[in-house]
Amino acid sequence: MNNVMIKIDNLTYEYTNNENQTNIALDNVSLEIEKGEFVVVLGHNGSGKSTLAKHINALLLPSKGHIYVNGMDTQSEDKLWDIRQTAGMVFQNPDNQLVATIVEEDVAFGPENQGIEPKEIRKRVDRALEIVEMTKYKEHAPHLLSGGQKQRIAIAGVLAMNPECVIFDEPTAMLDPSGRIEVMNTIKKLNKEEGKTIVHITHYMDEAVDADRIIVMEEGKIVLQGSPKEVFSQVEKMKEYGLDIPQVTELSYKLRNEGIEIPSDILTVEEMVRLI
Amino acid sequence: MLKNITIGQYFPGNTIIHKLDPRIKILITLIFIIALFFVDSFTPYLFVIAFIFISIVLSKVPLKYILKGLKPLFIIILITFFINAILTPGKLIFNIGPISITEEGLRQATFMALRLVFLVVGTSLLTLTTSPIALTDGIEKLLNPFRKVGLPAHELAMMMTIALRFIPTLLEETDKIMKAQMARGADFESGNIMNRAKSLVPLLVPLFISAFRRADELAMAMEARCYRGGDNRTRMKVLSLEKRDYLSLGISLLMFAIIIFFRYFI
Repeated sequence: MNNVMIKIDNLTYEYTNNENQTNIALDNVSLEIEKGEFVVVLGHNGSGKSTLAKHINALLLPSKGHIYVNGMDTQSEDKLWDIRQTAGMVFQNPDNQLVATIVEEDVAFGPENQGIEPKEIRKRVDRALEIVEMTKYKEHAPHLLSGGQKQRIAIAGVLAMNPECVIFDEPTAMLDPSGRIEVMNTIKKLNKEEGKTIVHITHYMDEAVDADRIIVMEEGKIVLQGSPKEVFSQVEKMKEYGLDIPQVTELSYKLRNEGIEIPSDILTVEEMVRLI
Repeated sequence: MLKNITIGQYFPGNTIIHKLDPRIKILITLIFIIALFFVDSFTPYLFVIAFIFISIVLSKVPLKYILKGLKPLFIIILITFFINAILTPGKLIFNIGPISITEEGLRQATFMALRLVFLVVGTSLLTLTTSPIALTDGIEKLLNPFRKVGLPAHELAMMMTIALRFIPTLLEETDKIMKAQMARGADFESGNIMNRAKSLVPLLVPLFISAFRRADELAMAMEARCYRGGDNRTRMKVLSLEKRDYLSLGISLLMFAIIIFFRYFI
């Protein structure tokens, strides 16, 4: 048994738009993600990061190249449902991914599709709601919940399918700050306590600070990758790609430019305080 | 203005009527409706009244609630009454100008009006005591035998669930778009019918576009959660028939039999 969760091999994805022009959304991307890793994919709009996410879940199939999820090729049709079960996916809009009119029914939707025994579904739903700390809302109607709560229900819905890996496609983009914190805490919990492999796509830099690895995408290519410290210390490069860096890192960068001796890889306020 | 719309107005409770299996409740309602059309004299109506009254009392739904459901239909019931009263030929009682009221007419009119009232009361009792999700579940299960002749039972139930799920979401969105258009000077509330209908265009176009976008995203999310139609699908909550279900079905069938008896043998 190898340790690779997702293996992307020279993936290219082209699509034709309304005016019959061929666009390349992903250009010869290769990547390996290990089991239990917390990977954050950064990039601004149109950099191909969402397209990449949809490939991992076999919602899109590559024009060229291959993707293997836990050793299964996404292009083999008989493995399709196994792949979707192994790599669950949470989308951007919390409203448009909830199916049922009652929270627990919605969480049960995934396992019901897998044809699991009713008793086992019950267990999984209760457990999933417990992990995202939404148990007391299990009989509520989803439209009465806040954005962050809805997104946690969506996460529970994926968890109930027992995935090994969860892909988050900008889950915080439509949430208010408190909702973002709720969802980020849940994501971190999944990685640390439940041991799930996480691929988190975002354009909020501060969400990337705790990642094991950051991947920066630009025009369908991976342009930069490494630990948060490695990535964010390359301030000029990040700015070139139109991306921000965490405030504290930016501050230390400016201080260094002013000739003050300070390391360039400070990511959090606490680190900064300790140094000063 | 859109907040007042309640669809499937469920009245939560924990009574025996609430706990009945949705399939049985739908069947009983069907029996009740069919029975209503066989009633043609006053004695069997007593059974119908007793039946519906006992059900209402058992369900603990306030009578006021149920009568509220009759309000929008009041005019229709009134019109039905008058048309029947006027147009049925028979023994004359009195006439006002060209309009003549007959004994048969009055009788017929009363029956028709009562029939409509009980129809509405019976069906609203069903929706008041059954949650929408239980209702769709029940419909899916009841339609299942017809799948062999090509009826898409699961798909119909899925459509109903999604419709119920998105009604509040779309209402909220309509409200938002309306306010946005009003902020830019749109006028939804004055002018004649034509003008008002025209002013709805800038509301409906964005609403439809966003509904299609939502549908697209929802379809993708459902696929990502392994949705592949109704085959091999299990349910978390399994419907099971209990003693009370058989008992209430039995009582309804008895009422039906009595009504048929009155119609054809007395």
